[in-house]
Amino acid sequence: MSERISRADVVHVARLARLRLDDDEIDLFTGQLGDILAHAADIEALDVGDIPPTSHPLPLVNVMRADVVTPSVDRDEVLAQAPAPEDGRFRVPPVLGEEP
Amino acid sequence: MTARDIAAAVRSGDRSAVAVLEEHLDRIAARDEELHAFNLVTADAARAEAEAVDAAVAAGADPGPLAGVPIALKDNMCTRGIPTTCSSKILEGWCPPYDATVVRRLRAAGAIAVGKTNLDEFAMGSSTENSANGPTRNPHDTSRVPGGSSGGTAASVAAGFTPLGIGSDTGGSIRQPAAFCGVVGMKPTYGAVSRYGLIAFASSLDQIGPFAQDVADAAALFDVIAGHDPLDSTSIVDFEPVASDALGRGVDGLRIGVVRELSGGEGTVEGLSPDVLARTQEAVVALEAAGATIEDISVPSATLGLSAYYLVAPAEASSNLARYDGVRYGLRVDAPTTGEMNTASRTAGFGPEVKRRIMLGTYALSAGYYDAFYGKALKVRTMMLRDFAAAYEKVDVLITPTAPTTAFPLGERTADPMTMYVNDVCTIPSNLTGHPGISVPFGVGDDGLPVGVQVLAPALDDVLTFQVAAVLEAAGGPR
Amino acid sequence: MTDFSAAAATDATPIEPTLPDGWELVVGLEVHVELDTASKLFCGCANQFGSEPNTNICPICLGLPGSLPVMNERAVELAMTLGRALDCDVRRSVMARKNYFYPDMPKDFQTTQYDQPTNSDGRLVLGDGFVVGVERAHIEEDTGKSTHIGGGGRISDAQYSLVDYNRAGVPLVEIVSRPDMRTIEHAKAYVEELREILIATGVSDARMEEGSMRVDANVSVRPHGSDELRTRCEIKNINSVRSLGRAIEYEARRHIDLWTSGSAPDQETRHWDEEGGRTLPGRKKEDADDYRYFQEPDLVPLDPAPETVAAIDAAMPPLPSARRAALADATGADPASVALLVGRGQDELALAAIAAGADADKVVVRLVNDLAVDDWSKVTATALAELVEMESSGAISATQAKQILADMTERGGDPAILAAARGFEAMDTDELETLLDGLIADNPDEWARFTSGDDADHKKMQGFFTGQIMKATRGQADGKTVARLLAQRST
Repeated sequence: MSERISRADVVHVARLARLRLDDDEIDLFTGQLGDILAHAADIEALDVGDIPPTSHPLPLVNVMRADVVTPSVDRDEVLAQAPAPEDGRFRVPPVLGEEP
Repeated sequence: MTARDIAAAVRSGDRSAVAVLEEHLDRIAARDEELHAFNLVTADAARAEAEAVDAAVAAGADPGPLAGVPIALKDNMCTRGIPTTCSSKILEGWCPPYDATVVRRLRAAGAIAVGKTNLDEFAMGSSTENSANGPTRNPHDTSRVPGGSSGGTAASVAAGFTPLGIGSDTGGSIRQPAAFCGVVGMKPTYGAVSRYGLIAFASSLDQIGPFAQDVADAAALFDVIAGHDPLDSTSIVDFEPVASDALGRGVDGLRIGVVRELSGGEGTVEGLSPDVLARTQEAVVALEAAGATIEDISVPSATLGLSAYYLVAPAEASSNLARYDGVRYGLRVDAPTTGEMNTASRTAGFGPEVKRRIMLGTYALSAGYYDAFYGKALKVRTMMLRDFAAAYEKVDVLITPTAPTTAFPLGERTADPMTMYVNDVCTIPSNLTGHPGISVPFGVGDDGLPVGVQVLAPALDDVLTFQVAAVLEAAGGPR
Repeated sequence: MTDFSAAAATDATPIEPTLPDGWELVVGLEVHVELDTASKLFCGCANQFGSEPNTNICPICLGLPGSLPVMNERAVELAMTLGRALDCDVRRSVMARKNYFYPDMPKDFQTTQYDQPTNSDGRLVLGDGFVVGVERAHIEEDTGKSTHIGGGGRISDAQYSLVDYNRAGVPLVEIVSRPDMRTIEHAKAYVEELREILIATGVSDARMEEGSMRVDANVSVRPHGSDELRTRCEIKNINSVRSLGRAIEYEARRHIDLWTSGSAPDQETRHWDEEGGRTLPGRKKEDADDYRYFQEPDLVPLDPAPETVAAIDAAMPPLPSARRAALADATGADPASVALLVGRGQDELALAAIAAGADADKVVVRLVNDLAVDDWSKVTATALAELVEMESSGAISATQAKQILADMTERGGDPAILAAARGFEAMDTDELETLLDGLIADNPDEWARFTSGDDADHKKMQGFFTGQIMKATRGQADGKTVARLLAQRST
């Protein structure tokens, strides 16, 4: 097992990603993610000092649309796909925690 | 019968689109239980579309260049009112309220969508085994995988269910299954085909592309789906390539580079099997015989692609897949609070490979690790763009194998993610650089299964990949 | 001796609450404003307040799988306009994803700007010349809105919530000030000034009550003379400029109490409780702030050409500060009147009337006192100038001028015609003299107090005689003429 990612890291990341892992899965993922990150050691070790990052393969800029209103979609068609539509809206259980 | 022949016959009124469709639906009915290429066959909707094409022909209207040609859509393309699931439990039964741009273009061209094909969940995989609906099998040997993630589309085209198919390619998901299934598959330049309505895996890498039984059909399909779309900000403006016109141009005078690091030369990546390397070498010889000049080219950072990819793609995926939270659509598992409901729904709805990549991507982006992983990977993308730009100063196109091996047995690589990931080593670089690439069948391996050879070209030179592939196809090996 | 206390009591400037000796307030403000576009930031759905729930939604603003954003050109233009109005550098910028789960947010990330905002390093100069640094003004999308059912509508006690995504994807600019403000009055003035700039430039209607302008305050305190930055709290849910002042004061006192008792505030987000007049802690977040920002791959960078920025500068309307300076310069009016007229947007009218020859003082008085209305579009500068001229020449009285201005506001028209229609005619001075002499004869005691009483008595009696004249003439007498005649008779 690699020490590139700890069990605690895996638990923390699962919480950030809103996934629940049982103990076996935590062990499995700790090992597997460690292996993948170990493979990434080739780039981790690179000296990339002044090389700029590329987030995007194309050098496009300023792609915009005119400020024009277009028709919305039918609310019923959207709500028909919702797990819990109510009163024209999407029902959810109580929300705990702050909106950031 | 090729797609071109079908379209010509339907357009001239020699054959009805409905008759063509029924013939293909019969083939699907006969063998898809065994192969499981399709998640869903939309026979009734297809019949309605075919009837509309026939009516247009009867009325003397232009039914489009792909009139009456049955086509398979990977089940990550949104189709209005038709379930679009990404082979995930979390989207089971979800009917989008809109069509993807590619779907609209195909309909306008007269193509008949016959159904939604199986894929690795959210296109994450190289074998189509990571599907909530079970695996697809390779039509050439049903004990083997069809490759992935567009394995369902590849199998549909290889089995003759549909002459054409649509896939998406994030790290090789069109080209590798095309190679495994002995068909042609092409990933266009990033931005050549609109992504609007393609359910995102990794936004800066995803690209939709054609599958076909031969290069000319693939070119005809590419010509229909490529072109600017104002709904996709990353869609290239003023780019209307026509590949069909380039197929007879040959390779006389073209400079062709063999990527040393991906083709068995010095410093080559591990795991490329000798039979695949031999077919690649034969392809090079065939191109030379057709008048091309061949050069041995080094693209040093090509070998770093795998590591960069497995940081960039999961990072983007972790964000793209956050929206599956049980609030607006898809699976909800009830729980006392919204946060717990999100977690319960996602835990029940995603399969293990998707969870693994979400975890990996979340980690790569998280505070304290961004610079070491994601930030580094973005710089590797720059290195690769520079290295490929340097290579393309010397040659017009590059040749590599498409995949390291022929199709492997089902279940062989599911236990160890890394053995699965190395499948993409030859295809990944062009996703990171946004360049076009095509896989064309070229002979078979020692096991008698198809081998694909990959042709890569600079951005916007999509047409050139078809031009070279047509020569390789003509030179052909045994198929 | 000058009476300072009386002057202070009537001064429009409120008194700064005094914090305990030795403590200094440190305030930075984060203001979100909705941009006044027709459509949302990334899709064509209407940017409209008050629609039926979930009627301004589409695959894009609902974040449906497969949908992609496309940037609204007008939103970018408005954001850059605000940036230039705040003296910011407008540079190449990129959109980024801020990742966190929240049901109001359809994609479970917010598309915003992070390390490369559109506008940075600006400043806002307050009316008294105080300069507040503006760190950045970046473009981002708004979230949807939840209604909390049960538990008195409070999020913490609700049984469940209902989500409406009409607001999701509405274009916002977040203006982040530097922590430069040291008084509550400066914090309030910053918001007022920003609001006027937003309205003057057409960037936003900036209505705090409708939520199109939302203010969060970062508050901390420190010992006077120190330059440290102590733990700050972010106060949300502030719904008016008045509440902003109250919230900052409450929070500052809370911090001082904590520090002086040997304790310390926690760095946290708190909510202003309007009824209770206090700030309350929000629920602690489950996850530490780890938003995993990265560049939005579905959008491309914004890279305005120098000509684009130059065009924005060229089209920039005069800003409130410059307009106040121009009006003060032309009228010599007091700062409160000047600020009031510029705030109402009546400065242009005033200047045009003055340019047409009207008396500046009278123009200011007329507008300040008698044009506190929403719609004054029918009042032209020429007509206003004519009205003021009629009043200056004594052709009509001040009271009559008010009435005519009301007519002009309602239906427009020429003041001379309106005066005639009302039957207003200039009072003959002889007639007034006769009337006044009669009044003096009838009220000898009052006249004696007018001529020989102290200042207060004199003023009071001047009021008495003027009032009687006005009563007798039904307001048609000119006040100034009456005063002149009274003065003539008392010497």
